[in-house]
Amino acid sequence: MAEVRLIEVREEILAENRQEAGDIRAGLKRRGVFMLNLMSSPGSGKTSLILRTVRALKDAYRIAVIEGDIDAMVDAEKVVREGIPAVQIRTGGACHLDAPMIAAALRELDLAALDCIIIENVGNLVCPAEFDTGAARRAVILSVPEGDDKPLKYPLIFSVSDLMVVNKIDYLEGSDFNLETLRERALRLNPSIRILPLSCRTGEGVSDWIGWLQAEIDDFRRS
Amino acid sequence: MHELAVTESLLQVVLRHAGEGRAGKVVSVSVRIGELSDLVSDWMQRYFDYLSRGTIAEGARIRIERIPATFRCDACGDVFPADPRTRETIRCPLCASEAMTLVTGRECFVQQIEVM
Repeated sequence: MAEVRLIEVREEILAENRQEAGDIRAGLKRRGVFMLNLMSSPGSGKTSLILRTVRALKDAYRIAVIEGDIDAMVDAEKVVREGIPAVQIRTGGACHLDAPMIAAALRELDLAALDCIIIENVGNLVCPAEFDTGAARRAVILSVPEGDDKPLKYPLIFSVSDLMVVNKIDYLEGSDFNLETLRERALRLNPSIRILPLSCRTGEGVSDWIGWLQAEIDDFRRS
Repeated sequence: MHELAVTESLLQVVLRHAGEGRAGKVVSVSVRIGELSDLVSDWMQRYFDYLSRGTIAEGARIRIERIPATFRCDACGDVFPADPRTRETIRCPLCASEAMTLVTGRECFVQQIEVM
């Protein structure tokens, strides 16, 4: 009988996805197109934030949206109504978007006519965190009704995001959600994460978000 | 649920290395997964069993080593283990600082495979 032997592998399980994500990032960098990966649970306000963003920035930047949410048909229609291109990825019920799906979606867009692409990832705090999409920045939305304990339950997504939007702060009053506790829990996972509380409904804090995104796009295109 | 996609990638990595090593059969696969990851071991084995049918990795056992989270204190540099899911404030055991950086806990890689 053949002898059992060991082969040292020491390779990332998702090395192939990471490689393709790296290629996407390099390709977009060459073309000067900034891409943001927006992640959150369902119902926390990804579509509302995207619509606010598009309305605020569509005259200054040429924006497109890649829709990955499972009910993206509705979301894509809302975006198209704002007069900007949207590509809908049919994930067939998949729980996340990966680099090959994004590469396919990018082939549907006229990249020469774009400054910024926003990916609306599948509503889920677990799976999207594991997959690099090739975006230049990752942002996660956490809404007040979800509770300030989410970084304890889903630490990975907060550890890989550049920014956390705390949406629905108009619900803070009368709730036991503690912004300071949330801040502490997120920062220990990721000391460089930016935290922006806002309300898509009332508009409070939205200008901080727009300012952050605008600075990111401008930095990206300058460098 | 993303275990399926992760396991598909895992199988590709395993088959590539087994092929390069001219293996006839893969007996076990040792992977290291950080504590922050929500990958469920049972599901990975089940998906692996399904996906590897008819390949030299069929029947291989997945051994998952969970890597605990450790943090480096931003103030004094001490590296210490702590539960990232605790509701308590995490403080450096040496200097009690609350500013820290995650060092381990996000791993997701294949360490080695046992082949015949």
